[in-house]
Formats: sequence, C-alpha cells, structure tokens
Amino acid sequence: MLEAIVLTIKLATITTLVLLLIGMPLAWWLARSKRWWKEIIASIVTLPLVLPPTVLGFYLLITLSPNHFIGKLFVDVFGYALPFTFTGLVIGSVIYSLPFMVQPLRDSFESMGERPLEVAATLRASPLDTFISVVIPMARSGLLTGSVLTFAHTVGEFGVILMIGGNIPSETKVLSVAIYDYVESLQWKQAHWLSGGMLIFSFLVIVIMRLVERRFRYD
Amino acid sequence: MIEARFCGQLGHFKLDVHFQSPNKGIIALFGVSGCGKTTILRCMAGLQRLEGFFHIENDIWQDQKTFLPTYRRPLGYVFQEASLFPHLSVKENLQFGAKRSLQVSTVSFEEIIDLLGIEKLLERRPNKLSGGERQRVAIGRALLSSPRLLLMDEPLSALDRDNKNEIIPYLDRLHQNLKIPIFYVTHDVFEVERLADHLILLENGKIKEIGELNELAARLDLPLAKSQEAATVFEAQVIEYDEQYELTLVKIAGGKLWLPSKVPQKNMIKIRILAQDVSLAKYRGDASSILNILPATVESFAPLNNSKMNVVLRLENNGAQLLARITRKSWDHLELKIGTPLFAQVKSVALI
Repeated sequence: MLEAIVLTIKLATITTLVLLLIGMPLAWWLARSKRWWKEIIASIVTLPLVLPPTVLGFYLLITLSPNHFIGKLFVDVFGYALPFTFTGLVIGSVIYSLPFMVQPLRDSFESMGERPLEVAATLRASPLDTFISVVIPMARSGLLTGSVLTFAHTVGEFGVILMIGGNIPSETKVLSVAIYDYVESLQWKQAHWLSGGMLIFSFLVIVIMRLVERRFRYD
Repeated sequence: MIEARFCGQLGHFKLDVHFQSPNKGIIALFGVSGCGKTTILRCMAGLQRLEGFFHIENDIWQDQKTFLPTYRRPLGYVFQEASLFPHLSVKENLQFGAKRSLQVSTVSFEEIIDLLGIEKLLERRPNKLSGGERQRVAIGRALLSSPRLLLMDEPLSALDRDNKNEIIPYLDRLHQNLKIPIFYVTHDVFEVERLADHLILLENGKIKEIGELNELAARLDLPLAKSQEAATVFEAQVIEYDEQYELTLVKIAGGKLWLPSKVPQKNMIKIRILAQDVSLAKYRGDASSILNILPATVESFAPLNNSKMNVVLRLENNGAQLLARITRKSWDHLELKIGTPLFAQVKSVALI
C-alpha cells in the first residue's frame, strides 16, 4: 500500500514539474500570439479534457510501442521500450494533464494585458528579464492553480495508466490502480483506507488552493 | 536638438509628422482625442513602429536601418494609468528601472523621493495608494531609470480634480530641477498653459503648428485661444513686495503688475492671465478697484461666436501680447479696430 502511495506522489510531482517547464512557454505563446491557427493548437492541448482516458491511453500505447517509429526512436536512444514503465507513465500523465496546466496559465497571462510588458520595456528590462521578473510573479495565482490541478489530477489518474502502464508494483502500480485491485480481490478494508485518504486529500487540496489563491490575487 | 519623423497608416487613420524640438523644457503634444498624439509618443518610445526616423542629438534611435528596441532606449515613460507592478512594493517599483539603468545614474534616489514627496509611501503596496500618489510613484520610477527624455501620456487624465492639483506642483518642480526634455501628451488646455514651454499642435495625424507656447497661445486661428480657459502666460521679474497690502510687484515685457500674495524671492517667475479676466477701456478711469491697468493697442481680433470676441493686444513699448475676451456688443460699442489705443484692465493674475 505504501509503495503505491510513494509511487503516486513521485509521478504527480515529476509530472507537475515537467508540465511547468512545458506549460509556461506554451501558455505564453497561446496568450500572446496573433496567428489564427493558435486556437487549433489550443484545441489540441484541451483535447485530453474531453477524450475518454482509455482512448488517449490506447493511442499512447500504440505510439509508444516499439512498433511505432516514435516508440522505436526511444528504444534506439535509451535502450528500452516505454509501455509498462514509469517513464511511460510520466509521458502519459504530462499529455493527460496538459490542459490543467496550460489553461490557468494562459488565463492569467492574458488577464495581465500588454501594459506591464510595455512598462517593463520602458524601464530597460529585456524580454527574458520581463518574463522572469514581471510575468511570472504577476501570474503566480495561475501558476499555483495550474500546479495544484495538475498534481491532483495526476494523483487521480486511472484509465490512461491502466492502458499504458498496466499494474506492475513499484513501477506502474499507482493508488487508483491499487484501489481497483483491492476491490477486485474483495479487500474492502484496504480499499476503504485508500479511498478515504484520497477523499480527504482531494478536499484539502481544493480548500487550500482557494484560500491561497485569494491571497495571491492582486487588485 | 531632437528630430523625429513618423509616417504610417493605422486602420483608417494616417499619421504623418515631422518635427524638431529643443532638447530641454516641456514640449506639449496637444490635440483632440484621436489626433495621433499618443501614437507619436509610442513611436518615440519604440513601443510602436512606423516608418521614419528619430534622433536625439547625435544618437539615432530609429532610421531606415536601425530600430532600437524599447528596452535599449534610455527614456522614461509615464502612462495614463500609473501601471505600477502590483507584486512589488513602492520602493521595489522605484528601483526596478534604477537597477537596469543603461548609463551612470544622473539622479539620486533621495533626490527623486524628495522631489516627488513619496518618502512616506516607500514600504506600501501599490494598491494601498491614492490615484495621485500612484502617479507620483510612476513618475519617480521613470526618472530613476536615468532617462535622457521623459515621455508622459496624459498622466493626469485618469485623476480627479483634487489629485490633479496635487500633482501639478510636482511637475513644476521637475521642470525646474531636471535637465531632460519632457514630451507631454494632453488634450487639456489648462495643463498646456500651466506646464508647457513649447507646443506641437496636432490635427488628424498632422502637425498644424509648432512653436513656443507664448506665440501660439495668442494665435486666434488656433484652438488654444478658442478654448474656455484661453490665457496668456508671461515671464515676469519680481521687483518689490508691499508688506502692508501683501502684494508683489512684477515686471513683464510692456508693463508692471501687482500680484496678490508674497512671491518666494526668485528672479524670474511665470504668471498667467485668463483672457476672460481682461476687460478693455478706452480711457483710464480714475476710480477703479482694479489694480492692474496696462496701456496697449489692438493688434488683431476674431469673433469666437455670436456673443464673444477674442482680441489680441500689444502692450506698450512693443511689449508682450495679451489675449482678451470681451463681448461683441462691447467691441462695437467702443468702436475698436486694429491699432486703437486702449487700457487693458486685468482682474486677476495667477502665479504658476
């Protein structure tokens, strides 16, 4: 049971960090770009929100398998295949949680408008300097929301993981899969413990996020 | 010397301006909303790019080959809304530009804080300031980046009357203490008369007139003389102070005037006389409560509407011009025409 909890936290943390790195530039581009096709990219980013996790997992399984050229490329470079590994789970989680990171970030980038950027430029701040010392601090409520949602969403992931990760203890057997296993094998007590824990965890996450976010807003 | 030319199409609007201006003093860009004054300022800052060039003395900020990005131009920009960074304290806002300054600092932190009266605000958050305080901090932040020119885009228009009146004296102090030119965008005649040395008058994206404020204020074909607050501004020299009546006597080109109140002992001051505070008489009356009566002749005139007449007077000994606004009825009654000698009775003089 502990194994599954640790693995889940590890997966959620790594996913959140990776998504922060990918999500910030992506959301920034979506917020600032004037190209007409950016909404098409935005739709692709949002897709995991509506797609059944099993469908997403199915396509991921095909793409990541060594029979596909992407999966094969990975095997050639790193020497192992992605399905049923922890790395595979991270890739799946990153794609699955993409909208949860990008949307709040994009919203807060858009709501700050052009003005702070112009002000920073008239005060000799280069574009990169402006991004670090003005944009990121001003978007902190979006960063918080995105990170918390991503973390919580990854903790609760089930369908995608089952499709591409299977059920290998301490490699791919995360909480949600463990609960499913306990129920299947009629171990109600363990299932209760884990489910109750998740319920409390989820509730706390939302409460804390709301409280902190209120303090984070600027008027 | 500063020289700029900007030309380009913006939607339905075409901007085409070319001007030279001295590298000091307050240069007002004046015109109704939508005449292109803010666009000119944005082009000078490099926030917007139109065809043209922009030179400051020997430095080229824009020409056919060059376009310095905004952050490489040593300028200060004060926006209509103060736009302070909400995540930084007042002090951190002030230091933002100072830390990134491109050249050796020309002003000290203490000096600017003192000049703008913001020492008590340093530890506060921007959202805890009044509109006027916020704008003062924004001006300080721009100045602390050691700019070579200051661009101000209607810095008072988002403020109410009280906050405006609070800021204007600080702008005066900047004007007296700073050596850099200030380009000041406004559509408010009062601010132009109060602050500007030079004026660039804009209409539909073109320059209608450019020159010293004194010359343009008395031009009857231009919008300044036609406004409600039309006035003439004079440089004046303090001569004496009358303790008994608390009046100060000052000398302008072509006459002397009494000012109510004591003037801080300075050699040159600026005074302003509203056109509607000047009345005209053909003969000098003996008994009048009006202290300031100046001999003058009619130089030009133009009806403002059916009831009012704008008259430009020349003070004696080829002195300065004085703008008067009288009724057309009085004009006809006094049988005034160009060259008529008369006496201008000035009801009130304001020190600015």
